[in-house]
Amino acid sequence: MHQLWLIPALPLAGFLVNGIFGRKLPKAAVNAFAIGSVLLSFLWTVKILLALDPLNAPYVERYFTWIQSGYVNVGFDLGVDRLTAVMLLIVTGIGSLIHIYAIGYMSHEGGYYRFFAYMNLFMFFMLILVLAANYLLLFVGWEGVGLCSYLLIGFYFLKKSASDAGKKAFVVNRIGDFGFSLAMFLIMLNFGSLDFQNVFTKAAANGGGLAPNTITLICLLLLVGAIGKSAQVPLYVWLPDAMEGPTPVSALIHAATMVTAGVYMVARSAPLYNLSPTAMEVVAWVGLITAVMSATIGLTQYDIKKVFAYSTVSQLGYMFLGLGCGAYSAGIFHVMTHAFFKALLFLGAGSVIHALEGEQDLRMMGGLRSKIPVTFSVLLCAAVAIAGVPPFSGFHSKDAILLAAHAHHPWMYWVGVVTAGMTAFYVFRAIFLCFFGTYRGTAHPHESPLVMTLPLGVLALLSLGGGYLDVPHYLAPIFGGAHGEHDEALVVISVAAGVVGIAIAWLFYVVSPGLADGVARLFSWPYRVLYNKYYVDEAYDAVIVHPIRDGSTTVLWRVVDAGLIDGAVNGVGSLARSIGGGLRNMQSGYIRRYAAWVVLGSIVIIAAVSFWGGLR
Amino acid sequence: MPSNLLSIILFTPLAGLLVLLFIPSTQKRMIRLWANIVAAAGFLVSIPLILNFNKDLDGYQFVERADWIPSLGVQYLIGVDGISVLMVMLTTIMGLIAIFSSWDSIKEREKEYYAMFLLQQTGMIGVFISLDFLLFYIFWELVLVPMYFIIGVWGGPRKLYAAIKFFLYTLAGGVLMLLGILTLYFQHATQFGRYTFEISELMKLNLPLGMQQWVFWAFFLGFAIKVPMFPFHTWLPDAHTEAPTAGSVILAAVLLKMGTYGFIRFSLPLLPSASSDKTIVTILAVLSIIGILYGALVSLMQQDWKKLVAYSSVSHLGFCTLGIFALNQSGIAGSVIQQINHGISTGMLFLIVGVIYERRHTREIKEYGGLAHVMPNYAIVFAFAMLSSAGLPLLNGFVGEFTILQGAFDANRVWAAFAVLGVIFGAAYLLWLYQRTMLGEVTNEKNKGLPDLNWREWAVFVPLMIWAVAIGVYPKPYFDILEKPVAQIVHRVHQTANTVANAPAATEAASR
Repeated sequence: MHQLWLIPALPLAGFLVNGIFGRKLPKAAVNAFAIGSVLLSFLWTVKILLALDPLNAPYVERYFTWIQSGYVNVGFDLGVDRLTAVMLLIVTGIGSLIHIYAIGYMSHEGGYYRFFAYMNLFMFFMLILVLAANYLLLFVGWEGVGLCSYLLIGFYFLKKSASDAGKKAFVVNRIGDFGFSLAMFLIMLNFGSLDFQNVFTKAAANGGGLAPNTITLICLLLLVGAIGKSAQVPLYVWLPDAMEGPTPVSALIHAATMVTAGVYMVARSAPLYNLSPTAMEVVAWVGLITAVMSATIGLTQYDIKKVFAYSTVSQLGYMFLGLGCGAYSAGIFHVMTHAFFKALLFLGAGSVIHALEGEQDLRMMGGLRSKIPVTFSVLLCAAVAIAGVPPFSGFHSKDAILLAAHAHHPWMYWVGVVTAGMTAFYVFRAIFLCFFGTYRGTAHPHESPLVMTLPLGVLALLSLGGGYLDVPHYLAPIFGGAHGEHDEALVVISVAAGVVGIAIAWLFYVVSPGLADGVARLFSWPYRVLYNKYYVDEAYDAVIVHPIRDGSTTVLWRVVDAGLIDGAVNGVGSLARSIGGGLRNMQSGYIRRYAAWVVLGSIVIIAAVSFWGGLR
Repeated sequence: MPSNLLSIILFTPLAGLLVLLFIPSTQKRMIRLWANIVAAAGFLVSIPLILNFNKDLDGYQFVERADWIPSLGVQYLIGVDGISVLMVMLTTIMGLIAIFSSWDSIKEREKEYYAMFLLQQTGMIGVFISLDFLLFYIFWELVLVPMYFIIGVWGGPRKLYAAIKFFLYTLAGGVLMLLGILTLYFQHATQFGRYTFEISELMKLNLPLGMQQWVFWAFFLGFAIKVPMFPFHTWLPDAHTEAPTAGSVILAAVLLKMGTYGFIRFSLPLLPSASSDKTIVTILAVLSIIGILYGALVSLMQQDWKKLVAYSSVSHLGFCTLGIFALNQSGIAGSVIQQINHGISTGMLFLIVGVIYERRHTREIKEYGGLAHVMPNYAIVFAFAMLSSAGLPLLNGFVGEFTILQGAFDANRVWAAFAVLGVIFGAAYLLWLYQRTMLGEVTNEKNKGLPDLNWREWAVFVPLMIWAVAIGVYPKPYFDILEKPVAQIVHRVHQTANTVANAPAATEAASR
């Protein structure tokens, strides 16, 4: 036994200590428990992975039976394989850095202990999610991270927009869970188990004797869950709103870890997806559509966090594109590099916001290059990484995905390349608007403390060099080798797209700042559509939310309940009222009389029965 | 361990009630104290029951039998199987909590109030342990009376309307059920020449499907009104809203379960062909699903905090009845567990409304907002109860919901799909309620400076919270204790009927 359970249990302990006693503890103690537990969890992960190396076969620890009924038997089992190992390192590693950063970022906020309690609880559920050895336990983590996301988005619960956003995230995720639940029931019914090893072994043996349609249905339902959690079209709408949460939350939950849970789950279910080309095709399409759609929205946003949020949605789309093309390892590779550079983008943005005392609007920034140079330089590292500039991290993983897409359908590669160009454009647009030109705001910018810049530095190094951690090679035993020919020309084209994007951003926002507005005016109609995010939220409100709300009030409650059913009942009720007049006399308040009524009633019943009995 | 343990459990509250009658009604503190002692004693004597219950045995345990009205064949026959053991424990625990929670909130006619609660305890326990149908019926009706008074005397502004509605609704159901019982009784006399209400005897009856169906619908009315199933639910929001807090807690936690228990204990085993008749099963499942969705949707729009919780009960109980009529191991076991879960979660939610009602004397949701700021501990407890009710994994609600849905899925995929939708709405109405009452700024002056939970309120919530986590993390003991009795019922239903839908027989699957 390697005591895998300790990995999630440590943050859970941190949560319990801070959750129960945090209000009375000094900040230093809160920090010690919150950050210490996550760091220990990271170290324990490293220790176990070193002990288990090379981890050629999954290692599973079974603790106890959780749910057992009929043929349903689900254990509380944790397991590690190479895929989990990568995820564990991302979650605990990046998690530790973000926790440390949050000491500085949250130092002036109320509810300090509450924040760290939630963060630790999130770590617990996220680690359960990646360690789970069966679908149901994965679902536990899945729901749990959703809860923490809800709590942390709504952390500033005095703001209505924050609690609205939290609620939206939770409910939209529940729609995804609808699919996930049904998928689990289908798996249970057809494979008789939810255990990964059982299900995948059976699936590998001739598809478990299942009809291809059943497998496809399972995969599509799982995908519905993944779409909700990983903010893909059409359920992506909660993620941009989720930026209401504190910035470390956006970095940890809504960029680096939780939102990639859907990618992880699909990759985990690769043995099932491999049996269904249809489902794979759908995954690729969903990813591609999401990538393009949210990248176009990202072009026009002015809130620095919203820009990065749409960028996250778009990059998640990339990951799904990779998965759908069968390049699972490329998808997971991108999960990792994205965790590096996107966490850095958010934390860097947080450092900017921190410096500007809460300002998030890019139009109110500018010229910060010299005022907060450390933040500027780390953000630049993140930007070149996400733009796919070689040899930085994003280049490697994006390249792997695009090559796989080319092997799958060449046109998907081309759409991906255009999206890469847009990505480079909007990220550098944000950088240029923020750091170049002259300062347009009124605050007094100041550089963040070391406790914040140190994690930024580490993430910057990872963003630059992380591409050389050869995840696809490490995962090859699980997912197979490289997908698609390594074609120099394709690589050059995709890099060129990124560079062109950067150049246009440079032209629009540094060389001649008026140009962007001119273009926007020229294409005012499409610009408005993009700026208003294709009016998707409005459409959902009109088509789904309002009908449910109004229908429930007027039709169900007022008409059916109060009108039809109670109308009928009150017909009897008016009769009752006259009886009630009589009954009122019974309510004398004397217990003796009540007791007498009870006895009398019983006697009447018995008498009635004997009478009937006597008739026979 | 005495051989008449069940009788002791059954009559402890009644004996306490008799002593209570001799305490002068001016001795208010004494009355409260005594009622709590009796309730605690009622719980303590039930502990040996669960400890000594052998989950590996078939049939009933702790059986006690005595002739009561020999000429009619009525016996004092009580006993328990795994299902009733759990219900008895639920009753003794929730009874104690309900009585304890009344300490500060009931200020008038204490003696009568506690007398009614103790009487009700005996009635409810009697319902869950009776193995003689007439005995069951007497307890069933006995429960009606104290609850009627609890609502009618100590209730809110519209208490009389609510009490009478409750009384008439359930009485009507009860009378029809009695007709069903008598039909079986006389059929037994015809077939075997002996008058008896003993359930195991009545199970030997060989009834034609047509008659089974008639009796089923008679039972159905009795049980469905109690549960309550759509469309017989409209007494519930009124009764819950007007009842005092402890009354709502007992009503939700235990009383409603008498209906679901009735389905499991009587409808299924006594009328197996009717219970597995395709039309009947479909109707019951559809009504359950309507209840799930309808209850959730109507909850969404309530302006009254307590009414919202009441409608959520309709939704949750819909899951319970859906599980029962999945007619398989997972469905029924999940249903029983969910009945306990609903007792815990909804019990907590009603207690939560009670806490704030005592401070502000209003249940209008719009009167509140930002309470998390004033009462942080209260907000935490509420959040916990909400998550337990919404079925968050590792808390109790999830285990029941998952098992029921899994069973329902095996029986019919479409049912399960619709029922899962209810889970989405479940999250929506609770989160929205939470947002409107707890989050945001404190907008109402009257809410400033409200005191947070006191130790007595903590003492009510903590045991329930621990119980919720225990079931959520380690529900195996519950599944174990339910294994045999549920398997027996499933076996009986499927053995006598081949018309059931495409569910894989649980026994066959278990042997895989």
